[in-house]
Amino acid sequence: MSDLTHLTISEARAKLRGKEISAAEITEAYLAAIERANPVLNAYIVVTGDKARDMAKASDAKLAKGEGGALEGIPLGIKDLFATEGIHTQACSHVLDGFKPRYESTVTTNLWADGAVMLGKLNMDEFAMGSSNETSYYGPVINPWRRSRVDTVVMPTTHQGDGGFVSAGGTKTQRSLDNAQLVPGGSSGGSASAVAAFLCAGATATDTGGSIRQPAAFTGTVGIKPTYGRCSRWGVVAFASSLDQAGPIARDVRDAAILLKSMASVDPKDTTSVDRPVPDYEAAIGKPIKGMKVGIPKEYRVDGMPQDIEALWQKGIAWLKDAGAEIVDISLPHTRYALPAYYIVAPAEASSNLARYDGVRYGLRVPGKDIIDMYEKTRAAGFGREVKRRIMIGTYVLSAGYYDAYYLQAQKVRTLIKRDFENVFAAGVDVILTPATPSAAFGIADEDMASDPVKMYLNDIFTVTVNMAGLPGISVPAGLDGKGLPLGLQLIGRPFDEETLFQTAHVIEQAAGKFLPEKWW
Amino acid sequence: MSVDLQTVKRVAHLARIAVSEEDAERMTGELNAILGFVEQLNEVDVAGVEPMTSVTPMEMKKRQDAVTDGNKAADIVANAPATDENFFLVPKVVE
Repeated sequence: MSDLTHLTISEARAKLRGKEISAAEITEAYLAAIERANPVLNAYIVVTGDKARDMAKASDAKLAKGEGGALEGIPLGIKDLFATEGIHTQACSHVLDGFKPRYESTVTTNLWADGAVMLGKLNMDEFAMGSSNETSYYGPVINPWRRSRVDTVVMPTTHQGDGGFVSAGGTKTQRSLDNAQLVPGGSSGGSASAVAAFLCAGATATDTGGSIRQPAAFTGTVGIKPTYGRCSRWGVVAFASSLDQAGPIARDVRDAAILLKSMASVDPKDTTSVDRPVPDYEAAIGKPIKGMKVGIPKEYRVDGMPQDIEALWQKGIAWLKDAGAEIVDISLPHTRYALPAYYIVAPAEASSNLARYDGVRYGLRVPGKDIIDMYEKTRAAGFGREVKRRIMIGTYVLSAGYYDAYYLQAQKVRTLIKRDFENVFAAGVDVILTPATPSAAFGIADEDMASDPVKMYLNDIFTVTVNMAGLPGISVPAGLDGKGLPLGLQLIGRPFDEETLFQTAHVIEQAAGKFLPEKWW
Repeated sequence: MSVDLQTVKRVAHLARIAVSEEDAERMTGELNAILGFVEQLNEVDVAGVEPMTSVTPMEMKKRQDAVTDGNKAADIVANAPATDENFFLVPKVVE
């Protein structure tokens, strides 16, 4: 039974439609895998077993009549940022204590309408603020990947009894897994860990500065942040409204395309949802990339970048070239200003969005001597350190006398960052290839990161530009580093040209192969 | 620019977050590290550059001027920590 969890969505879809397996069977297989692994990995914060079984039963009835939707009977995990009716929705924050919305987000509504089965809610950084999933109120998520150590073992000379043989000794190399626990990245750490560890067939995630692509890169999974406006933000707990986008994390490029097609829609309830029909992303997979112009931005070669990542980038360039793409050197001169501009814009929007958590309408309330005291005590107890830090920065940069110096300046720089991309696309570049992250997954409670918030922020250095410009970006696994950890490459496309990303990412996937963690959990 | 302890306490009050003396001291260092990091934006020449207001050029969609939703008072107060007959209850604000 357990190998049912190893099927990709496209494989499971074929077997479900062909009645080789039932939705009930695959759902039970996932629920059993979660029960075994979750105490160790902490990817799920709530498992909705009864609901999953009910949904699977309904799917089997539809499949029997040949009426199944695009995702009929496919078990998914849902990031805790998405409102799910009657089910725990807290953005992994204490301030939303006990919140069970009376409504369903548009993205999850779309998934259920297509027949998907909900397994539960996935862990994440509190309010999606973090790059390691360590800011969650529910504790960190563990990456199913571990470093491996290559030891040279000296073979002893052995004598085996009378008439036995004598082995001559010598050395051999032996690969063994290191015990150190690693982060899965963040903020969609639960989504990435669950997909990589076979605890769901695919997962919803969100990306404000890299929160889909960085965890995907850290776990050997595929993650796409679509163009701003492609997926409805209605019912997704808001962090930074001009940057937030939902997208999937999946085991391969095809599965990511299948999931995005179901998640995306035109939604009258979100005024920033764009009126464009959702294309059949899967149809782009397998199309040749001959003659495609791939831009390589020189500004993404940063100081101190590990040699493994530079080598991976070169490999990616070679694969695309071999497939017939034309490689061109490009310049995106304002790249280095994207991260500092982000750390003004995102906290400013967050400080405003998170003003609603005041102990009046939902969630936690800590009593105070008057209403202001109640607000202050509630928010002090309800928000974690990172969230408070960002609300404080946002409040400061928006406060009287500082607005022009910080916020307005950052929004002007943002215009320049977007212009850099526009210029490159206008010159005929179809897609841009970069590394996804400046490093592989790091350890839980990394001291360097804990002591300096800016060090943690640098994780998003390659991904944040894409959010600032509202473009689509995909992270695809492309290799392992010297310690056996997965690394990803990122492809950045023109607005609403997710098809080119799937098409090109698939070429990389075909060349690189797939990467699975060795099971220890 | 950098912040001092007094500014941090003032901003915390503006943000309605109670902070202890110890919290405020720690936050002063953290906020200054972040403000130091974003300082580099001042190097950028932004003369004549419009601040971004929307990443995708789009016109705000207007909804039909009609009642399409409502009669959900019980749903709206369902998650509130304190309510009475579909009203949110708060500590006394008017003497």
